[in-house]
Amino acid sequence: MTAPVEALKVESLYKNFGPIAVLKGISFEANEQDVISILGSSGSGKSTLLRCINLLETPTSGKVYVHGELINMREMASGERRPVDRKQVERIRSKLAMVFQQFNLWAHMTVMQNVIEAPTHVLKLPRQEAKERAERLLNRVGMYEHRNYYPAHLSGGQMQRTAIARALAMEPEMLLFDEPTSALDPELVGEVLKVMRSLAEEGRTMLVVTHEMGFARDVSSRVIFLDEGLVVEDGSPDSVFDNPRSDRFRQFLTGTIK
Amino acid sequence: MPEVIAYLPLILKGMLLTVEVALLSLIISVFLGMLGAVAKLSNSRIAGGLAGLYTTIIRGIPDLVLMTILFFGGQILVNNIGEKMGWEYIDVSPFMAGVLTIGFIFGAYMTESFRGGILAVSHGEIEAGYAFGMNPVQVFVRITLPAMVRHALPSFGNNWLVLTKTTALISVIGLQDMVYNAGLAGGSTRKPFTFFCVVAFLFLIITGVSDFGLRRINKRYSVGVRKA
Repeated sequence: MTAPVEALKVESLYKNFGPIAVLKGISFEANEQDVISILGSSGSGKSTLLRCINLLETPTSGKVYVHGELINMREMASGERRPVDRKQVERIRSKLAMVFQQFNLWAHMTVMQNVIEAPTHVLKLPRQEAKERAERLLNRVGMYEHRNYYPAHLSGGQMQRTAIARALAMEPEMLLFDEPTSALDPELVGEVLKVMRSLAEEGRTMLVVTHEMGFARDVSSRVIFLDEGLVVEDGSPDSVFDNPRSDRFRQFLTGTIK
Repeated sequence: MPEVIAYLPLILKGMLLTVEVALLSLIISVFLGMLGAVAKLSNSRIAGGLAGLYTTIIRGIPDLVLMTILFFGGQILVNNIGEKMGWEYIDVSPFMAGVLTIGFIFGAYMTESFRGGILAVSHGEIEAGYAFGMNPVQVFVRITLPAMVRHALPSFGNNWLVLTKTTALISVIGLQDMVYNAGLAGGSTRKPFTFFCVVAFLFLIITGVSDFGLRRINKRYSVGVRKA
């Protein structure tokens, strides 16, 4: 067995929104092929953590390394922190594809256009190649038949599967999922989870903020539980679910069992 | 009726000028409007302040007053500068003054239309652009701009119609547009009513064609929008 390769390292990450401290010193590492579920009640900072990794939010302090590369940040005169090099951020973002809770598909583009947009304009992939890649991926998520539809004419599950194809089209090193099933009708959750499970099985590196306990337990290789901006549990699903170290996680589990 | 036919070529020539002035002013106003909207929405205090000053002043002064100031004041200004630089006399034509003034005035209205349109674009879609590694220009051109057109179009269309009608004011500073020519014809035949009815009808043709065009554009930019 080869030694695990580090894909992501987060070092004492803090994030304040004004006077409110959302992340209070988070550190963890992720290796290639890890599927990490990030759990926590609402307001625990799990979405903010994900958004600090691709710099949609700038951390107040702390370090983020993507494949060993530190994202450079500096303090402005106003005390606000900003990335030093916009190009570095854009390059790193193009390797970390994100799937959003509200899908955020581009409404003025068809399913197909949504999937080829970033590969052609960010990765500068030739159009024909991007199209072939998109066709393959849309087939995979079961959206090929709907490739000429606009997002407004799709169900939530179809939109999210399109969003996953859009993310995969970047051939990213890591996939970031921000509560991908939380905006879906219960009967549509399964189709999206099925796609995500197949991605996990083929060894993709995934960071999944989720409320799906089944997914966290059965699919992920590791579970991180956040509470009030701190990592409270971090371990394999079996160890975390069967022998939680914290009362807080026990309470959380009791609260989520329906 | 024979007088109308006799003067019709003159009035149609004026109509062509009206359309020219309107289209050129539109180009200037769209350019200024886009600049103003981006400035107002930018993080820069200076750019936002300048754009705010622009829209506040322009929208607060009657078009006719502004046009007169620019036509006469502009002429003096250009000549003062020209004298110092050793240029020859430059004549600010009513056409130039008209196009610049109307473009400048409607740039302020366009600023507000475009600002509203941009604000209506879903923040998540813009964020998705950034999340996939697009740079700010790509996000603006590929996502914000095509998505904002639909939201800005009703107010843009409104501005265009008012702009077209505002060209009538340039006749005051001597541009021989169709209103000016109708005044001439009405004066010499003593039938102003007839000629201004002709002008009214011709304006309706311009605005009618515009309405049709705007509806086509609206349809084009509303693809992917579910009808209620």
